[in-house]
Amino acid sequence: MQVKLIDVTMKFNDVVAVYNLNITIESGKLVSLLGPSGCGKSTTLFLLAGLYKPNNGSIIFGDKKVNEIEPENREIGMVFQNYALYPHMSVLKNIMFPLNMQKVPKKEAEKRAKEMADLVRIGHLLARKPGQLSGGQQQRVAIARALVKQPKLLLLDEPLSNLDARLRLEMREEIRRIQQEVGITTIFVTHDQEEAMSISDQVLLLNDGQIQQYNHPQYLYNHPINIFVAKFMGNPPINILETMVDKEAKKLILTSNEQQMMIPNKLNIQTIQDEKIYLGIRPEELFITSLDEGALQGKITYVETIGRDTLIRAAIGDEPLRVIIPPDTKIKIGDLVGFGMKEDRIHIFDSTGRNISQQLT
Amino acid sequence: MNKGALSKGFIYTLLIAGSLLMLLPFLWMISTSLKPANEVMMLPPKWIPSEILWENYREAWNIAPFGRYLLNSIIVTVLSTVGELITTILAAYAFSRIQFYGRDILFSFLLGTMMVPGEVLLIPNFVTLSNLGWIDHYEALIIPWIASIFAIFLLRQYFLSIPKELTYAAKIDGCSDFRFLWSIMVPLAKPALITIALLKAIGSWNAFLWPLIVTNSKDMRTLPVGLTSFSTEAGTIYELLMAGSTMIILPMIILYLFLQKYIIEGISRSGIKG
Ligand SMILES: Nc1ncnc2c1ncn2[C@@H]1O[C@H](COP(=O)(O)OP(=O)(O)OP(=O)(O)O)[C@@H](O)[C@H]1O
Ligand SMILES: [Mg+2]
Repeated sequence: MQVKLIDVTMKFNDVVAVYNLNITIESGKLVSLLGPSGCGKSTTLFLLAGLYKPNNGSIIFGDKKVNEIEPENREIGMVFQNYALYPHMSVLKNIMFPLNMQKVPKKEAEKRAKEMADLVRIGHLLARKPGQLSGGQQQRVAIARALVKQPKLLLLDEPLSNLDARLRLEMREEIRRIQQEVGITTIFVTHDQEEAMSISDQVLLLNDGQIQQYNHPQYLYNHPINIFVAKFMGNPPINILETMVDKEAKKLILTSNEQQMMIPNKLNIQTIQDEKIYLGIRPEELFITSLDEGALQGKITYVETIGRDTLIRAAIGDEPLRVIIPPDTKIKIGDLVGFGMKEDRIHIFDSTGRNISQQLT
Repeated sequence: MNKGALSKGFIYTLLIAGSLLMLLPFLWMISTSLKPANEVMMLPPKWIPSEILWENYREAWNIAPFGRYLLNSIIVTVLSTVGELITTILAAYAFSRIQFYGRDILFSFLLGTMMVPGEVLLIPNFVTLSNLGWIDHYEALIIPWIASIFAIFLLRQYFLSIPKELTYAAKIDGCSDFRFLWSIMVPLAKPALITIALLKAIGSWNAFLWPLIVTNSKDMRTLPVGLTSFSTEAGTIYELLMAGSTMIILPMIILYLFLQKYIIEGISRSGIKG
């Protein structure tokens, strides 16, 4: 089922939790709602569920406006951050509960609940109470309960945040598997960009209740629309350098220490209106060269090898720079080196933070 | 011996001493109930009667229509407990889960009424009931007692501690408010409800002043009021009074022993991963 939000705004007293949201979610896709804490992810989900009513705008499922439709009639399944299983009921009873509410005959309800339990691989735990399950198992029960009445839309609110690192990896693959097996349109809330990148067809990045960007996860990474998106996607995070534009000398001057930088070839400097621009360079798109060849010069302050990568931190004056280099590079703390950059991968943001790379080439 | 065990020993000694102190009146009551009349007031007190008189119990039972009193006590206790549970559950749900205009002010107002001492209400309540024509009827013994602000407060707090997400989940599953209350909130609040019921049952079983005031005929008396039969102009027959008292408190003690495991159990399980 296709889901559409048109001009949706939600206020709590004075707090605007969601502002003027416009998105279309295609049928059968898994979309992540991503953003920092308090940006309005849960609110958006609750609006879709019908647990909150928007102050403004329309919510459209398929071709039907559902603003006035109660949660139980929206054909949705939801998994809450704390799972919200009914503690006094067995796993089987929990999964059967939505069917009992729909007055499905007991035999059929039990059969469907068991099938669903098998799908999420907890068929052997049916007699237990939620309190006797691990976090990952509880989560599977919650997913089974959400899916058992064959909803058209599955809503997941940070379902992995209570799990340990390994289980998170495993469960996010599970969610993807189940979602594809069932073919259900799914909205997945998370504040972890890596999680969003790894399982979603589309990522909707929110900040302060407003859309920042909505696209394929890789597209957000490669073409961030503004500094916020650039910083949010990717770990270790992107380097942002504030520079002044010197049109006559055709140079960029780092604001923090007045170090001069060659203008990247692709930049058509005359079209830049602002005096101040920001360069965004991902750590993996910087490399070490000799002092005079580099676009920037700096001193190595920190070297750390994690698995197959070596992460270094350098100081350009007092501006920190993160760089990922091949592990066999011979450097040590205190070395003064030059840094080159893959010029076609540089992002340029104007003084308001908007990405203007496209306009400049 | 290490420090932990030492302090544990100390605490246990204190607790045992405390419970013995609490038990003392009960033991005295039982001992008196089995004594011949001449040993009741004896000085120094005699803990073990020279002769165990079980007849005291039969005699006490026969001195007044205790069968009828027992029936009345059971009717009053059961109905006021059930009534209070129903009003409490509904009110606590409304005050914790339903948004309606003026809810919090209304609740503060109700809490405020707890500050009015019960004695002040005795006469107005009596007048109201006699205007309704309920004096010397079961209604007078039951209806004024089927709502307790304290119980509502207690259960409301318990309901508030049940995560909101359960309400949301149930709503999405298509569960009505009423169904949610009975099939999810009430089972989850079992420990609180049992505490409330037990407190109510004991209070109602032991109530003396109110039944004394609103009943006139022997047919409407309850057990505690019935105990006045042992006081005559000639004085109080203590051994029979104690035998009667022992019989009266026995059901409550049994009830408590049955229910205490529910009270202790369960408070810890909320089924929610934090
Ligand atoms: N019931 C409410 N009453 C008042 N303000 C609320 C309510 N729910 C959310 N808010 C506010 O709305 C904003 C968005 O909240 P929301 O819960 O949607 O954030 P979130 O993105 O889910 O954050 P998190 O990642 O911490 O769960 C926050 O500023 C929050 O304080
Ligand atoms: Mg949230």
